[in-house]
Amino acid sequence: MGGNSPCASCKLLRRRCAKDCIFSPYFPPDDPHKFAIVHKVFGASNVSKMLQELPVHQRADAVSSLVYEATARMRDPVYGCVGAISYLQNQVSQLQMQLAVAQAEILCIQMQQEPTLPMNQIDPVDEKSLLLSDTNFNNLPQYLGFASSSSVIQDPPKRESLWT
Amino acid sequence: MQNLTTTMSNSTRCAACKSLRRRCSQDCVLAPYFPANNPQRFACVHRIYGASNVTKILEKLPVESRSDAADCMTFEASSRIQDPVYGSTQTIFKLQQQIVQTQYEIAKVQAELAMHNAQQQMHQIQQQQDHQNQNHLLGQSSLMNVNSAASEQEEEFHYLDQQQLGGFYH
Repeated sequence: MGGNSPCASCKLLRRRCAKDCIFSPYFPPDDPHKFAIVHKVFGASNVSKMLQELPVHQRADAVSSLVYEATARMRDPVYGCVGAISYLQNQVSQLQMQLAVAQAEILCIQMQQEPTLPMNQIDPVDEKSLLLSDTNFNNLPQYLGFASSSSVIQDPPKRESLWT
Repeated sequence: MQNLTTTMSNSTRCAACKSLRRRCSQDCVLAPYFPANNPQRFACVHRIYGASNVTKILEKLPVESRSDAADCMTFEASSRIQDPVYGSTQTIFKLQQQIVQTQYEIAKVQAELAMHNAQQQMHQIQQQQDHQNQNHLLGQSSLMNVNSAASEQEEEFHYLDQQQLGGFYH
């Protein structure tokens, strides 16, 4: 990168792009918007410090997540990523209620079909599925009351899709 | 007097101004959201965003939204400190996974319900058919009874007639 065109960060910061520039592998010159958004929210020096504290093989993912958070913050200056988290928490709650209703229905049917069987012989409802909130969000502030924002959510799943 | 003023301004400085070692003005943007009794909160956001970026972000927002914004930035900053690679996106990823898993569980249970309903319907149809067949058979057998009763009666009448006739001929 040093011999050719400077990386997006050095271009924006108007400085010489050194051979060992910490930004250049992750902020190529053909995508200036990516660094601009991260710089706006976090600041170049903070990003540099964060990347320096990480082993090299984790820096690409770190940059992707920083870009994601910065983008979320730009789209929703009040709630940022937390808006997305709140929206997803709502979705999870609704789905868990749906699941509980469906499982109760199955249980009813099983009890109707085998009324003489003692409770412990009826197919137990999958405990794991009833306790789907086992992911430890204990330290996650309940932002359910906040206006949950779906504007920052890309079409769901797959970790890879977070970075597109 | 000057010392007293300095002391007073020292004790009333917000966590941000204390950390930045500057005078905390009356209209300090950060003061309402980073009180002096919680220095950790500001330290967190300062480490990840930087004081000037936090100030810029808050300044652009209407006053009524700033508290929420400060809370959210604090949450994201502390997530980033706990997980320097993924920060709060890790939470998003886990929630997305949880949604997929729950949707799968729902689909499984709904398939089971559909099967039960289908079995029940088949059972009802079978019962109806059996009932109809039974009625048909009953109908046939009662018809047979009527016919045999009628033909018996006919024979009796015929016998009686013959007797009467016989009575004439004798």
